Amino acid sequence: MGSVFIDDKEIDVDPKSNLIQAAREAGVEVPYYCWHHDLSVVASCRMCLVEVGEKKPDGSVAMLPRLVPACQTPAKPGTVVRTNTDKVKASREQTLEYLLLNHPLDCSICDQAGECYLQDYTYKFGRSHSRLNEPKVQRLDKYHIGEQIALFTDRCVMCTRCVRFTREISGTAELHVINRGSVEEIDVRPGHPCNNKLAGNVVDICPVGALCSKDFLYKKRVWWLKHADSVCTGCSTGCSIVVDQNEDKMYRIRPRENPQAQGSFMCDEGRFGWKHLQGEGRLTAPRAGRLAVAAATAVGSHAEGSSLSRSESRVLPQSDADFQDAWGGTSGGGILGEVRSAIASMAKQDGRRFVAIVSPFMTCEEAYLLCDYLRGLSKHITLAMGEVPIVGEDDLYPKGPRGESPTADNVKFTIRAEKCPNRLGVEAVLKRFQGEVIPFDVVLKSLASGAFDGAYYVGGYPPHEIPSGVVRAFEGLKLLIVQDLLQTPLSDLADYVLASASFAERQGTVINHKGLAQSYRVAVRPPGEARADGRILMELSGRKGLFHSPTILKEIATEIPALSKFGKEEVGTQGLMVMA
Amino acid sequence: MSEAFQPVLLKRCGKNTTVGIDAYLADGGYQGLKNALAKQPGEVTQTVIDSGLRGRGGAGFSTGTKWTFLPKGHPGPIYLCVNGDESEPGTFNNRVLIEEDPHQVLEGLVIAGYAIGASKSYFYLRYEYGRGYRALEKAIEEMYSRNLLGKNILGSGYSLDIHLHRGAGAYICGEETGLIESLEGKRAWPRIKPPFPAIEGAFRKPTIVNNIETLACVTHILDRGPDWFKTIGIPKDPNNPRDGGSYGPKLYCISGHVDKPGLVELPLGVTARELIDNYAGGVWKGRKAKAVVPGGISMGFLSAAELDTPLDFNGPGKVGCLGLGTAAVIVIDDQTSMVDVLYNTCRFFAHESCGQCTPCREGTAWSTKILKRIREGQGTMADLKTLDDISKTIGTMPGTTICGLADGAAWPIKNALQKFRPEFEEFIKSGRRSDLREVALAH
Repeated sequence: MGSVFIDDKEIDVDPKSNLIQAAREAGVEVPYYCWHHDLSVVASCRMCLVEVGEKKPDGSVAMLPRLVPACQTPAKPGTVVRTNTDKVKASREQTLEYLLLNHPLDCSICDQAGECYLQDYTYKFGRSHSRLNEPKVQRLDKYHIGEQIALFTDRCVMCTRCVRFTREISGTAELHVINRGSVEEIDVRPGHPCNNKLAGNVVDICPVGALCSKDFLYKKRVWWLKHADSVCTGCSTGCSIVVDQNEDKMYRIRPRENPQAQGSFMCDEGRFGWKHLQGEGRLTAPRAGRLAVAAATAVGSHAEGSSLSRSESRVLPQSDADFQDAWGGTSGGGILGEVRSAIASMAKQDGRRFVAIVSPFMTCEEAYLLCDYLRGLSKHITLAMGEVPIVGEDDLYPKGPRGESPTADNVKFTIRAEKCPNRLGVEAVLKRFQGEVIPFDVVLKSLASGAFDGAYYVGGYPPHEIPSGVVRAFEGLKLLIVQDLLQTPLSDLADYVLASASFAERQGTVINHKGLAQSYRVAVRPPGEARADGRILMELSGRKGLFHSPTILKEIATEIPALSKFGKEEVGTQGLMVMA
Repeated sequence: MSEAFQPVLLKRCGKNTTVGIDAYLADGGYQGLKNALAKQPGEVTQTVIDSGLRGRGGAGFSTGTKWTFLPKGHPGPIYLCVNGDESEPGTFNNRVLIEEDPHQVLEGLVIAGYAIGASKSYFYLRYEYGRGYRALEKAIEEMYSRNLLGKNILGSGYSLDIHLHRGAGAYICGEETGLIESLEGKRAWPRIKPPFPAIEGAFRKPTIVNNIETLACVTHILDRGPDWFKTIGIPKDPNNPRDGGSYGPKLYCISGHVDKPGLVELPLGVTARELIDNYAGGVWKGRKAKAVVPGGISMGFLSAAELDTPLDFNGPGKVGCLGLGTAAVIVIDDQTSMVDVLYNTCRFFAHESCGQCTPCREGTAWSTKILKRIREGQGTMADLKTLDDISKTIGTMPGTTICGLADGAAWPIKNALQKFRPEFEEFIKSGRRSDLREVALAH
């Protein structure tokens, strides 16, 4: 650490950081477009120019005659930075005028408006008028640039962040600069659109409205969006994310910078892989009673759920007066009451004949609540791991020129093969209550051989095909309780369906591949009468009060030694390493 | 003084033939290399420093000093790049050297390579120089056959290989880091410095980039010694401790509105008037010169009153030009509109701006558009203010760009508005349209 003087304020900074970072430490904003802390420095936008000098040992200051880019200048001890001089202000004004020369005045129809650095900096540092009397350079928009991204060429400020991203992070190098001078553009080679699995990030890193996400395009003005910190559940990397929503509708997911989790980016699987949460097939109400037999056969052949006959199932009352009764509560009655007594009677008969399948999509708190509840009923109830989806192999970036994976020390982003958020957390809970982790295929064999009469199955998986063999294993059960997000062949088979909530609709904590615990925050409410899993389990187990994640975590910390760290520290926005 | 000057670099040129290795050796060629190989590399560098040789590519930095910037004791490889991307408008001295006397240049190259410990040299030649390319190819072949290149050159234990690389035609490839990027197969976007090429250049290895004419001078310095070199040109200004002097012969390219355009070799410090009147047959059609470009268009303009400015490393700067540049003198006669000249100049830089830095990318194109409008009779006085502002806000000196292209683009505007402002004002007020047709720039 060394002392740097930013606008006469002395601060200690890491000498490896640059002057933008140093100024940020001092609370001074230095505007920039091309610099990005995860990409190489090109110093080409010239927006971050500042006056720089050196403090001599005798206390005198020698300033350089010309402006220097803050992004390119390391914060050496003794560096004196001035960001508020007339020279710097004039330079910023002039650079903004240059940047806006050929920029269309189409903020009113631009998706970026509201989170645009051209708008912000023009407002803070720019001039109110342009002296351009000439026609602007016209460039054609490029909707073909990628499956998920569109390029509004005329809005581009040529910061080349996107180009550097595809070269340095994804390694796929689809984007490049064509032409020269003021008519240059970002483009792709014919037949090679920007469709890599990290492509969506170029939209985030684009400081202006040039690269837009086709998925989000024209859906919502950004100033209506409300943000909630969350964690991507797509794979065990567990990217820190922000869920942007308005009126209980999710609009987009963006990566949230977290060096402990994934860095600054996220993959497109996670970014766009949440549509099932707001689509058809979501369970929106609890259900008691089996569906018609015709339905059960249809389930075996993977027919569409919507074609099922519901004649034998008891559809829940819809009026407000009856609303509370549908689920029931801790006081008894309702579906939860029925489920509670069904499980209790089975546990009383023979706990050995009941199994709970704990999904790796559950949070630590939920897994704990479920296991604690069931073990409270009978010590002999089997607690098993749900299916841990593994798809292919870990996908490492940046790719080499021929698509090869990078060597271990060059990896900048990993999309993991394990497509669930909380295997480690659930395993820790299972080890505490079951003593071991019984894998799903083992419990499936036991189910098929008739070892169990009843099962509590928790899902939470994204849409995926459940093999008929799996469904068949559950067919012979006397009691099947399914707690899930989506209608699946298993939920169709169930005696009780407990409609639960997605990661965006509940709070809770998951532990990623390297033992980093991160928390979901509630972004939107569950659809219809679906309830957050924590609330379902609190009421099922007859615990008093509302589900409150930190309270349960404290309890977990005392009960499970492997997760004792939860008792010492809070899981902040950047997560908490609980298993090193 | 200059009347008696015997050409050094052009001694064997001007016959429209290429000097082969036998003729070159017969004329005492490769003596400089032999002298160099007899010394320690550090002594060779010191000799070049002592000679006061300053780079002929435009910036005029001390060549020997540049060589000393390489990291000491580097395990290698170290590269020597030759900048043969001669694309400053009006410049053709390198072209004559490689077309007619390539061995003189290549000898200097091997000497420089030996001095800096380079194992490989990349000769970056602009694509348009087909004849020069073939001459160099042949000369390099001849050198390999005589053990002047390759392994263990002349039994000295020093080995060097040359890769002749043809560029694809862009002004910016003449900027040393742009050249290195282009050489690496990338877009010729100049790099940010530091690191300077001497620390991290081509293929991330220490690299020295030298101009062709500079290397030709190195040949003669090693052949005849630094003291001989110092007898030519203008000595250091004793009142200016930072002045490095302007020693040695210089190739002056004279073009534009003169009777006899061409290349002459003279000691540094000849004046523009002498060049025009004594060596170029005077301004054509009996006219007078209105403006003279002192050293390639990026250096700005000398007005008619400044023609007695000595064209050494300091002279043009004293009258508001950017510097000596490549010593390419372009004469503009009194019948030519400065509005047209400046428009064409700006058009060139807008076309050649690499587009990396915002001020240069937008400023060059904007100034061109403004001048286009002025030429069409639609200019206003406010345009002159805008042009002036553009010229003062782009370039390395305000700190707004990575490389010097923007300075080169700004200087002609600055000089034209300073020195020929009444003409611009009169043109705008008259509402005249320029009747000169635009000539399409080659694409």
